[in-house]
Amino acid sequence: MKLAVQVNEGPYQHQATDSAYHFTKAALEKGHEVFRVFFYHDGVLNGTRLTTPPQDDRNIVNRWVELAEKYDLDLVLCVAAAQRRGLVDDGEAQRNGKDATNIAPKFRISGLGQLIEAAIQSDRLVVFGD
Amino acid sequence: MSDIKKFMYLNRRAPYGTIYAWESLEVVLIGAAFDQQVSLMFMDDGVFQLVKGSDTSQSDMKNFLPTYRTLGDYGVRHLYVDKASLEARGLTTDDLIEVAWEDFETEEEVDNIVEAVDADQVVQLMAESEVVFSF
Repeated sequence: MKLAVQVNEGPYQHQATDSAYHFTKAALEKGHEVFRVFFYHDGVLNGTRLTTPPQDDRNIVNRWVELAEKYDLDLVLCVAAAQRRGLVDDGEAQRNGKDATNIAPKFRISGLGQLIEAAIQSDRLVVFGD
Repeated sequence: MSDIKKFMYLNRRAPYGTIYAWESLEVVLIGAAFDQQVSLMFMDDGVFQLVKGSDTSQSDMKNFLPTYRTLGDYGVRHLYVDKASLEARGLTTDDLIEVAWEDFETEEEVDNIVEAVDADQVVQLMAESEVVFSF
C-alpha cells in the first residue's frame, strides 16, 4: 500500500511523533511504500538538527534521519509552519535574511501543496496528532 | 493530476488558544488549487470556529472569521457541523455564520452551505471521504 503520513505535534512534548515514527518504520519494514512524511504545526520541530536530548533518551530527529537514509524517505516540513517556528534551511535563510540554518539532513522545507499532493497520490493518509 | 478525491477537513479545536484552526484553514485555502471535492466538518470545540460576532481586538490575534465566509469561493462545497457538539455548548445554527456558494460555470447558487448533521450522518460522511485531514 502507498501511504502518506502527517505529523501534527512536536517531538518529546507529545507521543504523536513517536507513534508516527514507529508506524512509518513498521510500514516500510513490511514493504509498504511511504510516499511522504509531512510535518505540520509544531511537527516541524522534528526537523531541527540542533536538538540535544539527554543521552539516555531517544534521539527523535536522528531517528527520522536514519530512517530516511535507509529507505530514501521524503521528509517535508511545511514552509509556513517552519517560518513561524524558526526552522531554517539555506534557501529560507537567504530569502528571509537569517544568519543561521538548523534543518537536519534528509529534511526539506516546502509548501502545503506537498501535503495535498501526498493525500491525492497515496492510498491512505495517516494523521498523527493530539 | 486528474484524480479527484473526496477530502474532509476535520476541525475539532476552538479558533483561538491554539493555532490548529488557523493552520487548518491555511491547508484548505492552499488545497483549493488542487480542485478536489472538499467538505469541512466541525465538531467538539471546533464548532466555535463558526460562531458569528467574534471579536479578537483585545487579544492581539488576527480575526480570521471572515475567511470562513470566503470558503465557497475556494471550492468548499459543504461545511458540516456536528449537532451534538453544538447542543453541548448551548449553541444552535442561528449562532453560526452563513457561507454562500456559487458555481461560476453553471451559476448554481446556494445561500448557505453550513449544515448541522447528527451523529449517524457524521459517521457516514467520514466513511464516504477518501481523505480525512484531522486538526
